Amino acid sequence: MKKEIAQIKKEREKWDIQVQNSLQKKPERNRKFTTLSDIPLSGLYTPLDTQDMDYPTDLGFPGKEPYTRGIHPTMYRARLWTMRQFAGFGTAEETNQRYKYLLSHGETGLSVAFDYPTLYGYDTDHPLAKGEFGKCGVAISSLQDMEILMDGIPLDKITTSMTINGPAAILWAMYIATAEKQGMPKDQIGGTIQNDILKEYIAQKSFIFPPTPSMRLIIDTFEYGFKHVPQWNTISISGYHIREAGSTAVQELAFTLADGLAYVRAAMNRGLAIDDFAYRLSFFFNSHNDFFEEIAKFRAARRIWAREMKKLGAQKPRSLWMRFHTQTAGCTLTAQQPENNIVRVALQGLAAVLGGTQSLHTNSMDEALALPSKKAVRIALRTQQIIAEETGVTHTIDPLGGSYYLEWLTNQMEEETYHYFEKIETLGGVIPAIEKAFFQKEIAKSAYRYQKEIDQKQRIVIGVNEYALDEPPAIPLLKIDAEGEKRQLARLKKLRADRNKEKADRALLSLQRAAKGNENLMPYILTSVHAYATLGEICNVLRNVFGEYQEPIIY
Amino acid sequence: MTKKNIRVLVAKPGLDGHDRGAKVVSRALRDAGMEVIYTGLHQTPKQIVETAVQEDVDVIGLSLLSGAHLTLFQNVMNCLKKRGMEHILVTGGGIIPQEDLDELKKIGIKRVFGPGTPIDTIVDYIQGSVNK
Repeated sequence: MKKEIAQIKKEREKWDIQVQNSLQKKPERNRKFTTLSDIPLSGLYTPLDTQDMDYPTDLGFPGKEPYTRGIHPTMYRARLWTMRQFAGFGTAEETNQRYKYLLSHGETGLSVAFDYPTLYGYDTDHPLAKGEFGKCGVAISSLQDMEILMDGIPLDKITTSMTINGPAAILWAMYIATAEKQGMPKDQIGGTIQNDILKEYIAQKSFIFPPTPSMRLIIDTFEYGFKHVPQWNTISISGYHIREAGSTAVQELAFTLADGLAYVRAAMNRGLAIDDFAYRLSFFFNSHNDFFEEIAKFRAARRIWAREMKKLGAQKPRSLWMRFHTQTAGCTLTAQQPENNIVRVALQGLAAVLGGTQSLHTNSMDEALALPSKKAVRIALRTQQIIAEETGVTHTIDPLGGSYYLEWLTNQMEEETYHYFEKIETLGGVIPAIEKAFFQKEIAKSAYRYQKEIDQKQRIVIGVNEYALDEPPAIPLLKIDAEGEKRQLARLKKLRADRNKEKADRALLSLQRAAKGNENLMPYILTSVHAYATLGEICNVLRNVFGEYQEPIIY
Repeated sequence: MTKKNIRVLVAKPGLDGHDRGAKVVSRALRDAGMEVIYTGLHQTPKQIVETAVQEDVDVIGLSLLSGAHLTLFQNVMNCLKKRGMEHILVTGGGIIPQEDLDELKKIGIKRVFGPGTPIDTIVDYIQGSVNK
């Protein structure tokens, strides 16, 4: 091996001279060659760039530590990823129809998008909800709305992911209650709540409570989950929104894993055993434009997570698995020539699959303009079906593993992640770093750099700063039915009038008492939800006890 | 008389949490020599107008990606009118479909900058529209 490396080194030196000669005749295109994270790139990678790598300990086999090549021994040969399109708009009825449409076209899992009032724990009739109803997702103010949302959907067969954070425990309780009312015991249902408040403070910004009570609620769901709803992923630790807010791939990876480790430590501090809850932690990443960097990111993520979990004392193999969902990068979609987005999404989706994702959302071409139309979302779903069924990339596990470039880049991602870990540690950990706006500033800096590179044409965006057309896009967009809000308001009014008020009040009072103490709040939230206390009412109780988060304002 | 810097309030009305664009624009306007005040998230139209009055701004840039622009931008304009501050130039940006542009123009949003707008376009427009 050593002899071989020496030989390659010699050959490489000769080749470098050849390159220099060639460049004198024809220079490289006047562009910097870096990844999107600004990692400088060579023109060629060889065994010299991966010689420090040790196959058994750094790569290993799929389904074996450190899981770089995949968490399952068979990967997509046994089971394709879950095709899960994030969807929701208007009323529960309209969104329920959209779910049935998607399922009838081959979607294999649901993913609920809630509207802004729901994300912030307000009912549709709250003054701050004005103008926001159903715009960014579906409005769910009570168990009744959740029952309508899931009507006719077999909750024992379909898993559901819910993008909900501040009030995650409450929406989860509504889902559990809906399943119970459908006759499904809670240990039979599966799905995911996003429930990742740290990245809300960092990037997505739909926070309600301050960090300490928020972390308490999250650990409550961990504990309740492994005891009573063991097939549920009680968190989806998300880099997606960090990336959408403008971070680089490296920052996405580093900040997400730092958040993940913060949750694990918080749960262990509560006294939970790592192997009891770790197998229910899941992740969520972005798949952006830089094809190889994205694949390297996914592979590095698995390796770092397995190693770090082991350091924290995890012993069961499943506790070391990084299982993740991927969504193609919404921020790369262009409002100009929206059809081009189909191509972007296909390439980003392919990167996610080559990176070994467990589930995938492919964006619709019209999402830089509005929520997806029916046709646009069908094409997006077809895109992943084409990747799955036509390209052949699913036949072989981690097919790019062993590529000198990819392995080098995977190592780079890992190395840079550890640099960030050190910085975060110096700042006192994730929450103090949030309070010092460290992540927020890092992301804002990267976002600004990215924009400047586009403005200066160092980065080309087809249809925007090159190959632009003058004509505005002419594709039919989804319109939110204005009548829906009236129907929702009427339903809410009727619910408040018809329910057993005393029962709801009693449940809320017990919740308030429990919130002031330190019991697990899940049983109290479930009782409140069953009594048809609304999302807003439950959140109000918690707001009064916990207070509200005020973020540092920076730009 | 010395030339005063243009003062801009970059504002996020409503519950929308997408602040990437607002922050990028804030930095760019600052780098172009303007004085920028960024409201942070979750501002009611009334709060935005109060800040605009207190900070004596020339421009308000409203950023919204949640789809609630018709209601919220209208409310901001109503509040401005109530305070007699209609001379302030108001622009918008975010995920705003073509078909809403006429309506926004009608209520007094002078210009809407959609996704993909080069920063210089915004800077030039503001510098060209505010006489200082």
